[in-house]
Amino acid sequence: MTDPKGSVDRLRGFLTTQVAGPLAALLVAIVVFSATTDTFLNPANFSLMLQQSVVIGTLAIGQTLIILTAGIDLANGAIMVLGTIVIAQFALDGNIVLGLMLGMLACAAAGALNGMIVAKWKLPPFIVTLGTLTVLTATARLMTDSQSLPVERGLLTVMGQGFSVAGFTVSWGVVTWLALTAGFAYALGRTAWGTHVYAVGDSPNAAKLNGIKVDRVLFSVYVVAGLVYAVGAWLAMGRTPIADPSAYQTANLDSITAVVIGGTSLFGGRGGVVGTLIGTLIVVVLQNGLTQAGINSLYQQIATGALVVVAVLVDQIIRRKDR
Amino acid sequence: MTDAAVHPSVPETTDEVVLYAKGLKKKYGHVTAIADADFQLCANEVLAVIGDNGAGKSSLIKAITGALAPDEGTVFLKGQRVHFKNPLDARLAGIETVYQELAVCPELDIAANMFLGRERRRPGWRGGLLRGLDKAAMRKEAADHMEELGIRVQSITQRVETLSGGQRQAVAVARAAAWATNVVIMDEPTAALGVRETGQVLDLILRVKARGLPVVLISHSMPEVFQVADRIHIHRLGRREAVVDPAMASMRDVVAVMTGALAGSELPSALKAGPGS
Repeated sequence: MTDPKGSVDRLRGFLTTQVAGPLAALLVAIVVFSATTDTFLNPANFSLMLQQSVVIGTLAIGQTLIILTAGIDLANGAIMVLGTIVIAQFALDGNIVLGLMLGMLACAAAGALNGMIVAKWKLPPFIVTLGTLTVLTATARLMTDSQSLPVERGLLTVMGQGFSVAGFTVSWGVVTWLALTAGFAYALGRTAWGTHVYAVGDSPNAAKLNGIKVDRVLFSVYVVAGLVYAVGAWLAMGRTPIADPSAYQTANLDSITAVVIGGTSLFGGRGGVVGTLIGTLIVVVLQNGLTQAGINSLYQQIATGALVVVAVLVDQIIRRKDR
Repeated sequence: MTDAAVHPSVPETTDEVVLYAKGLKKKYGHVTAIADADFQLCANEVLAVIGDNGAGKSSLIKAITGALAPDEGTVFLKGQRVHFKNPLDARLAGIETVYQELAVCPELDIAANMFLGRERRRPGWRGGLLRGLDKAAMRKEAADHMEELGIRVQSITQRVETLSGGQRQAVAVARAAAWATNVVIMDEPTAALGVRETGQVLDLILRVKARGLPVVLISHSMPEVFQVADRIHIHRLGRREAVVDPAMASMRDVVAVMTGALAGSELPSALKAGPGS
């Protein structure tokens, strides 16, 4: 197809810049836990770990888009929870498809609100999304009187079901998560929109001088992230069949953790969703493996926290070296 | 106000003149940024625009390229009157600008930077439905443009971050030269560069000219201007004070006009170059 030199370049680019570090860390963790425990390495445990990854992993995809623009989204968990509440309320009234569509709409609208404030009024994303986090969380509670809604309905919980291949169970949620990752890897790496997302995060001034409409790109990123969170809401109901306005309170920080460990730079312009997929898996593998090894769960948190600092440090070192 | 009626023989219609502006004025309250300024760029030349800080060089260029709306005055491109509402209009008319700050994205590779904002999609459904970029074609074309200007890099897929400041500016110059069909404007392109890298960029300016594109070089570095310019437009107090021939005039003459020690009208005519002198 293409010249071999191009593919060699591409391979080298893949190995040196993008996901090599996180991937190596993930493989080391898997090897260590497989060697030190009897229970880690088996199909049931691996499929469990994948299921545990889907919700945070999906939120982390939207988070990646926003962090690539040098932003941050503290409201993503709240947007997703609002999505589950909207879906559940309309589904209880009898129309599941309408519920899902309105949930999508609600999440997109919440993303659009963040995007508009960040892009048009140039306020810092940290503060903007801190504000909408509080507002949306309270809104979700007001909508249900702080009660949880049951969502025991076929289509709503379908993401928790799946199929089995050679003793390895794959849920539709896992399939959706992987498909979303592949889709956004393509959109970021192979389309003009993706190039513009990187350019805006890397150097908004250069992007503007080259005729890119920076605020339009920023706005689109927040709306698209909102839609991804809506998918997250559907996946969350597949995991736990209730819509709980108090759930997923640390999902925002967990998703940032996954993104950072996956090698995406908090300064914007560098990273991607494949790294985030690996970062998500690293966190889950650490939790699972340390539990299998009988180590106190507080040490898991210490390990995850240390990993975040290491990831940011590595990013900083790469930047200092190159500039 | 019809310019041609007032000046029946204004030279904006000749084939030689690529970009021409007459009677540009711009005031901000009591501050005059452009005071009845004229401008003329001919084919196959490097025209330096030089002036003290605050003389209004940048305002003049902005008024010509649409970054700033002049209160009065007219601009002609190849004899056609033009109204650029923003820099994008000027770009669409084939006028490209290289800025003093490095307007490249370090995280993107050279090819992506050359096509930034003007990406090319693949033919067929992969470019249409899937909006896929034709990376191979963009890389090939970017490499051709770099080669044409004699800019050497390891690989077109190198991230710009791995390049030196001079190489980064070279990418910006190559980008401008690749897209410009009429004029390349360089706004203090060496301001952020060291001595050796400045030399490289000056070489590039001459190569762009050799390719048939006239260049406007805004600068306040006298040696730089004398090294590459065919004519020097001296800007002072918001207007064109004189246009001199660097082969005839000395740096001292130019500095004298720039600082107001010598009025443009007092310059010996042998030192002058072209209309407006």
